[in-house]
Amino acid sequence: MSYVPHTDADRAEMLAAIGVEKVEDLFLDVPAAQRFPELHLPEPLSEMEIMAELQAMSEENLDLGHYTSFLGAGAYQHYVPKIVDHVISRSEFYTAYTPYQPEISQGTLQSVFEYQSMICALTGMEVANASHYDGATSTAEAAIMALNVGRGKRKRVILSPWVHPEYRAVVRTYAQGMDLDIVGDGDPEATLEDLAALLDGNTACLIVQSPNFRGEIEDLEGLAEKVHAVRALLVVVTDPVSLGLLRPPGDYGADIVVGEGQALGNGLNFGGPYLGIFACREEQVRKMAGRLAGQTVDVEGKRGFVLTLATREQHIRRERATSNICTNQALCALATSVHLAALGRTGLRTLAELCYHKAHYAASRIGALAGYQVVGDKPFFKEFVVRCPAPVQEINDYLLEEWGIVGGYDLGRDYPHLENHMLVCVTEVIIKEEIDALAEALAEAAKEVAS
Amino acid sequence: MKADFGVRCAGAEPVIYELSKPGRMATTLPALDVPPAELPPAAMLRETLDLPEVDELTLMRHYVRLSQLNWAIDIGYYPLGSCTMKYNPKVNEAAARLPGFALTHPYQDVHTVQGNLLLMYELQEMLREIAGFAAVTLQPSAGAHGELTGVLIMRAYHLDRGEPQRTRIIVPDSAHGTNPATTGMAGLEVVEVPSDERGNVDLEALRSVCGDTVCGLMLTNPNTLGLFEEHLAEVIELIHGCGGLVYGDGANFNALLGIAKPGELGFDVMHYNLHKTFSTPHGGGGPGVGAVGVSEALAPYLPGPMVVLRYCDEDGCDCEEGCGCGEGVDGDDSICFHLAMPEKSIGRVKAFYGNFGVLVRAYAYIRMLGAPGLRQVSEMAVLNANYLKSRVEDLFPISHHRTHMHEFVAQGIIPGAADVHALDIAKRLIDYGFHPPTNYFPLIVPEALMIEPTETESKETLDAFADALRAIRDEALTDPEVLHEAPHTAPVRRLDEVRAAREPVLRWQGT
Repeated sequence: MSYVPHTDADRAEMLAAIGVEKVEDLFLDVPAAQRFPELHLPEPLSEMEIMAELQAMSEENLDLGHYTSFLGAGAYQHYVPKIVDHVISRSEFYTAYTPYQPEISQGTLQSVFEYQSMICALTGMEVANASHYDGATSTAEAAIMALNVGRGKRKRVILSPWVHPEYRAVVRTYAQGMDLDIVGDGDPEATLEDLAALLDGNTACLIVQSPNFRGEIEDLEGLAEKVHAVRALLVVVTDPVSLGLLRPPGDYGADIVVGEGQALGNGLNFGGPYLGIFACREEQVRKMAGRLAGQTVDVEGKRGFVLTLATREQHIRRERATSNICTNQALCALATSVHLAALGRTGLRTLAELCYHKAHYAASRIGALAGYQVVGDKPFFKEFVVRCPAPVQEINDYLLEEWGIVGGYDLGRDYPHLENHMLVCVTEVIIKEEIDALAEALAEAAKEVAS
Repeated sequence: MKADFGVRCAGAEPVIYELSKPGRMATTLPALDVPPAELPPAAMLRETLDLPEVDELTLMRHYVRLSQLNWAIDIGYYPLGSCTMKYNPKVNEAAARLPGFALTHPYQDVHTVQGNLLLMYELQEMLREIAGFAAVTLQPSAGAHGELTGVLIMRAYHLDRGEPQRTRIIVPDSAHGTNPATTGMAGLEVVEVPSDERGNVDLEALRSVCGDTVCGLMLTNPNTLGLFEEHLAEVIELIHGCGGLVYGDGANFNALLGIAKPGELGFDVMHYNLHKTFSTPHGGGGPGVGAVGVSEALAPYLPGPMVVLRYCDEDGCDCEEGCGCGEGVDGDDSICFHLAMPEKSIGRVKAFYGNFGVLVRAYAYIRMLGAPGLRQVSEMAVLNANYLKSRVEDLFPISHHRTHMHEFVAQGIIPGAADVHALDIAKRLIDYGFHPPTNYFPLIVPEALMIEPTETESKETLDAFADALRAIRDEALTDPEVLHEAPHTAPVRRLDEVRAAREPVLRWQGT
């Protein structure tokens, strides 16, 4: 079963038209010694069999439809309205290619244009694209864009230690051939003032995250002025849900805003596919990596949309392109657009407030438990740090086995000084009884595990 | 057969903001069930948020109408060269939406996601086998992302061997634009080599640039002309002979399933486009997966984490983490899966482990087809391309007169209709109910129309497409204006791209 429609008669007619005897004769350019190798693969399956097998395989997992989870750390469980899957399941969207022929791609182009518009509104920026794979790669591309704005002469990238550890790792992977001086995240105690002190004439950008990896809302007031004083760019990594409530980074003078778009409309899916948010200022749009949809008119004056400003891109500039990106993460962006439009102006605010209040309720309950302490003095959004009386892994094992609760993220994985510190995430999908159960379970864990 | 766009779409669809009315909302949220906390200081809160406000029916109709302005595989033929627009099986969509897969968090304890890790491990193994490599990473999210991964691996390999002077990447002039762009991103230098008159890499030119500064060659095989490199062994020998590595751009791997294994042909590294070859949907441009396969020597440099198999016994499993689980997976107590960074890894190329939802689709596809099905894919893809070529070669010049693989490049040049260009032919095809081929690529063929039928199209479709091209050729001779003004039946006519670039309007700016 290969989804091929060819009958034996078709094959015979087609071979005759080509003028060869058998299909094998079409492959004579392939070296004979390596031609038609055996593939050692499992036997083919029918549709019924593969579904049964995958069903069984998926049930080897513990899925969060059946357990309450307090895991976040860059991948968030939010309720996705049913309309989202209905829209992205339309063949006209998901079986289309990149919109190279605008006359018959207006659906994708207009939906990307609308996404760009909504992301600009959300972030307070002037231009956004839908091209990036995830929050980590859009952060790396932001750093590269800043290098290009600095004409390749500025080699310093300042990274806050509280940018997601995996995003920082990806910045380093992308930059390994670029001879950069990446600083700032070596000291986990570094404050924004400490990071600003690293700014110099060689700095391309300063990258901060807010809410940061530990959930805190950073006070970005005045930071852009310091960054701009050395003609560097301020890059802000953010959570789009938080922007229903919080001042947008554009208001603080951010030059590039990036982030993970998964939280809006895209499910957890074990880490992907997700969506890299990327927004910048209009004056720098020609240094931005990624596809852009723009509005124009057709020969009859009717409004339409096209991919535009393509001279920045790889297929035109080749080795002089600022990035090799040619993805248009359109389907994930569509999911985000539908979710954003479904929520609208008031819905996103309400959603953000639900997360905020529930997270604070959880923090107050856990902070009152003997042996636990909510750490940090800055305001937080939907995640917070808890110092635990025992290793996080042990507490989480207990929570899962005895209570059916998936506990928070073990910060000791990335920050050795935060051994026994758990990052707890609470979104609107968690109800009060589940928070109360977590508090009760943690109290028991303190007795069971720590003793 | 004509496209019915004109019937379905009398008017343009408003931008979502134009449908907005204050006070509407298309979803409901639960009431707050905990005591409210004090909000952060007002200076930290936003004052306005300019999102549209619509009801659910308006929202659904808006997107359904937008969808109707699109072309898609499920509507009709989509012969875009090098894009492999094959059918996207529906079972794959159902598989990826199984709650046991879809509702898992990437930071769950590995023992609670053994089903996911088993699937990823088996997919790594199957892709390894299909292309003949020693190891495969599933982390890269797209072909271009796989290229960056592969080139960084090549760079790391040479650096590790104390050869930092190997900074040059050789790229044929028929290559995709991503190849040179990737090279630039990796901080390496591009050396372009020409193609010879048969569409192969020019061996003399290649020999002249070989040396101890060569990091490697990026080769698309079959290339963007749809031709299998006739001197492949010599090309690879030249590169290996000067100490370089050979990168395979797997964009055209749909021609080679069960036909040849790039690893056995001598390629050191290659990316697979799961969204092309392995039937996962393109989604209007993404998401994809650009998995990367490498030889034994390059395996330690792969990005991570990768899924690794650990054997367990009565004392638990032997993993480094000493998890002692002994729980096993899939009814087998003796194994479990973990995530681990390869020894000399170039690092992560994205957060988490890869586009898992896409991996599930590709896995379902490969398991359903098995070895015989995969070979049939490539055989029928190549049969379709050569058959279609035989139907149109009297209408348009073909770039090279050889047996093609999965695609071929025609030239939109019509004797007697000098002012008709490939673009006109492409746009007129829309009126006949077909998506145009890739045009003006590869750059080395003037007026290129790059046609990739894929294996899932029937002879009837190919015949109808060839008939349309014949009718268009005739129109070009008798009534060229109808081509210049095409398309006539699409939702919009030709769009002013110059205006879009000169006066960019990149977001909704109000009425």
